[in-house]
Amino acid sequence: MRSSQSSKQSRGLTAIDGAMALIVILLMVQIWLLSATLDAYLSGHREVALPGALVSGLLFAVCGALYLFVNRIEASAKNDDAR
Amino acid sequence: MQSEPTRPPLWREEFSVFKNDERYVSRRQLIKFLTLTSMAMFVGNIWILVRGKLQGKAPEPPVIPVAKLGEIPVGGVKLFQYPRAGEQCILVRTGEDAYVAYSQKCTHLSCSVFYSQDSRDLVCPCHEGHFSIRDGSVLQGPPTRPLPAVTLERRNDQLFAIGMTNTGAEQ
Repeated sequence: MRSSQSSKQSRGLTAIDGAMALIVILLMVQIWLLSATLDAYLSGHREVALPGALVSGLLFAVCGALYLFVNRIEASAKNDDAR
Repeated sequence: MQSEPTRPPLWREEFSVFKNDERYVSRRQLIKFLTLTSMAMFVGNIWILVRGKLQGKAPEPPVIPVAKLGEIPVGGVKLFQYPRAGEQCILVRTGEDAYVAYSQKCTHLSCSVFYSQDSRDLVCPCHEGHFSIRDGSVLQGPPTRPLPAVTLERRNDQLFAIGMTNTGAEQ
């Protein structure tokens, strides 16, 4: 029983680590996107601002979803511990 | 009779998280921080968008006399301020009958560029950025954007600045 809980917890931590790695990658893409959009904007290409903001918003939404996913895993692990 | 709310034991206040949960808490806090950073990037992009929408069209550029024809020798330069006071520009006479003018502010970190007669281009002394004298495009160095060019017009024996291109703002 104890070992099943421990393996579940370990799986949860692996999932959280995976989510964290994905968020880091998305964040790097977002940082690049912001600098590229700013550079293009300062060069006079204002038309890139809208797609840049949309893609950045999408990346932020994915990061937010991953954060909620991590919260859910943590809550389920706590519930298992409490039982 | 009302019972007083029970106060949690001291150890619970000092150590609010069980040891097993610690790994989750540190990861959650890091992910929260990363998500907030992602939000900051998104806000930055929105700021660029809003700024672009609010700025609208730039006002009509002024027309000002810059120099008399033949006032500067071939290969010589004259500094002037355009389109507003404090915005330094450089006029270069590249040939007997050829003049070009650019903003003197480097597009990398705003150092003043100068005309090099040896390399026949505009050079930024701070980080060795080189700009073409023909169109202000970047030849080498860290700048990524061309120098804003001043549009010149000849009226009788006088050169006038009548506008700017590559400024990053709609003309």
